[in-house]
Amino acid sequence: MDLHEYQAKELMRAAGVPIPPGKIARTADEAEAIAKEYGVAVMVKAQVHAGGRGKAGGVKFCKTPADAREKAEAILGMDIKGLTVEKVLVTEAADIASEAYVGIIVDRATKKAVFMVSAAGGIDIEEVAATTPEKILYLPVDPRYGLMSFEALRMGFFLYSDAKLARSAAKIMQQLYTAFTNAGCSLAEINPLVVTPTNELIAVDGKMVIDDNELDRRPDIAALRDESSEAPSEVDARNANLTFIKLDGDVGCIVNGAGLAMATMDLVKFYGGDPANFLDIGGSSNPEKVVNALRIITADENVKCILFNIFGGITRTDDVANGIVTATKQNPLKVPIVIRLTGTNEEIAMKILTENGFSASSDMDEAVQRAVKLAKGEAA
Amino acid sequence: MSIFIDNSTTLIVQGITGRDGSFHTRQMMEYGTKVVGGVTPGKGGQKFDDSVPIFDTMHAAVEATGANTSVIYVPPPFAADAIMEAAAAGIKLIVCITEGVPVLDMTRVYPFVKEHGARLLGPNCPGLITPGQSKVGIIPGRICTPGNVGIVSRSGTLTYEIVHQLTRAGIGQSSCVGIGGDPINGTNFIDCLAAFEADPHTKAIAMMGEIGGTDEQEAAQFIKDHMKKPVVGFIAGQTAPPGRRMGHAGAIISGSSGTAAEKIDAFKAAGMGVAQRPVDFVDLIGARLA
Repeated sequence: MDLHEYQAKELMRAAGVPIPPGKIARTADEAEAIAKEYGVAVMVKAQVHAGGRGKAGGVKFCKTPADAREKAEAILGMDIKGLTVEKVLVTEAADIASEAYVGIIVDRATKKAVFMVSAAGGIDIEEVAATTPEKILYLPVDPRYGLMSFEALRMGFFLYSDAKLARSAAKIMQQLYTAFTNAGCSLAEINPLVVTPTNELIAVDGKMVIDDNELDRRPDIAALRDESSEAPSEVDARNANLTFIKLDGDVGCIVNGAGLAMATMDLVKFYGGDPANFLDIGGSSNPEKVVNALRIITADENVKCILFNIFGGITRTDDVANGIVTATKQNPLKVPIVIRLTGTNEEIAMKILTENGFSASSDMDEAVQRAVKLAKGEAA
Repeated sequence: MSIFIDNSTTLIVQGITGRDGSFHTRQMMEYGTKVVGGVTPGKGGQKFDDSVPIFDTMHAAVEATGANTSVIYVPPPFAADAIMEAAAAGIKLIVCITEGVPVLDMTRVYPFVKEHGARLLGPNCPGLITPGQSKVGIIPGRICTPGNVGIVSRSGTLTYEIVHQLTRAGIGQSSCVGIGGDPINGTNFIDCLAAFEADPHTKAIAMMGEIGGTDEQEAAQFIKDHMKKPVVGFIAGQTAPPGRRMGHAGAIISGSSGTAAEKIDAFKAAGMGVAQRPVDFVDLIGARLA
């Protein structure tokens, strides 16, 4: 789960990271009032789950409260990568002498949380990694000991030759690591970490991604989810315990298992079609899931054909068949449906479907080809 | 004759009285797996289905049965501790089926398991099967048949699909291993490939990867440098949009790293066969067995 910048900064501030004062505004009036309260130049920053906010014009420097009102007016309601800006962060603008990058990610290769720090901050760290890898220091943290003082100080001196700054930075590393583990992050970063003209360090931008698997045991973090910033169909799917991602094609896919779901989308493409979505109904048997999946898929007007691909292992195919029958009785389908079922209780599933006027196949390639043809309006 | 499990596998089921644990214990026993005990704290002394002794702790279970393998069906908040409990009790192969284990838990579990000299498979995996001998986990037994092809995969149902198609074409399997889709897992492709290379009964290997990460690229390099047996690979997620997570935590493309194209190029550079569709495994593997 992605957090907004202001949410990430609150969690970092709670761990002691120096963050410039800032508040959320949902209207231009509120933005002006916050700027007036601070009495200094401010930044107005769009709060959406998208990278490249600055390039899209969603981050502006404002000298006066009137200026903040005007910029907030322009940014609120703006569309950034398909997402509407509903709120802005109004925060004191910092004077910048230099910028650094500090990040922690969970790394597959070392199987640890790894710090990445670079004096080349303020820009895309992936770019730095690709062009000048020697400018990044990587430091894996042993979870049994946590971040040790000498490690934090080593990173501090990698960024700054000035001992006072290096020590301040080391302290921030510790604080960021605390925030990272307390919130159950898979990523936390400060970019940029700024040195001000008076030689103080402050975190001007912050980002956190929470491991979805942590949310059940961290209700306070789970409560930070902002459903208004996600596609409504994806929110609906998550609440129904389905994994759903909307795409641009016209073959609606309902599959069990992420790998098979991706392979099904690939096969749709292979036979000349275009998948409308990724949808994984998961492993457990539950007709209700199928009903929800069909409801979500048929809400997409682009969908010209629905394709079920179910390999019954834990999933009982008769449960899926019952779900299809129930769902289509409640809401008769307006588009053709192609059903492929094989595995656990296949015979029972086929009987249920046949008795209710559906046909089903047990071959994946055959079913996908049929669905692609039907989506194109061809006879199949 | 196989990798990781065979006739000599003796199994403890952690979470044997739960919904999934009890269902799959029956399936495993029906398949012929030697289930020698189960663990559910508070139910020690009882028997599962009047036949399998239940213990309160892994320590007691291993002491009484001498089991060498365990399988975990406990809920996510308790899975990390269950893995470490099994390692501390002296279990040598720990298979964690549980989906949803926090990745920071796994950063602590991984070194602990290593230090105890155990192998962990998973978490968030379907387990493994050696057809005709033993199955540990949830792979449906009836789709498999004994033979010479080793299967290693990051997926669950996609693996079943491919194994099913191979079996239908008369191509049997030495062992099928699902390593799971999480970012930190106990056993990776290379571990399985090395084991298949060393197994005299395995003649060819089918490997199913997914978008995200670099495990498949590293596996391709290993195949190029260390393997004589033929390997055929497949990557799921060729049409996935960048930056979106596709169910598995692992199945995400970030930037230019971990794309299907990059992985398929690595397969080709290693001289591997590349299946474009699941069904292509039948011909590609068939040709390599001939």
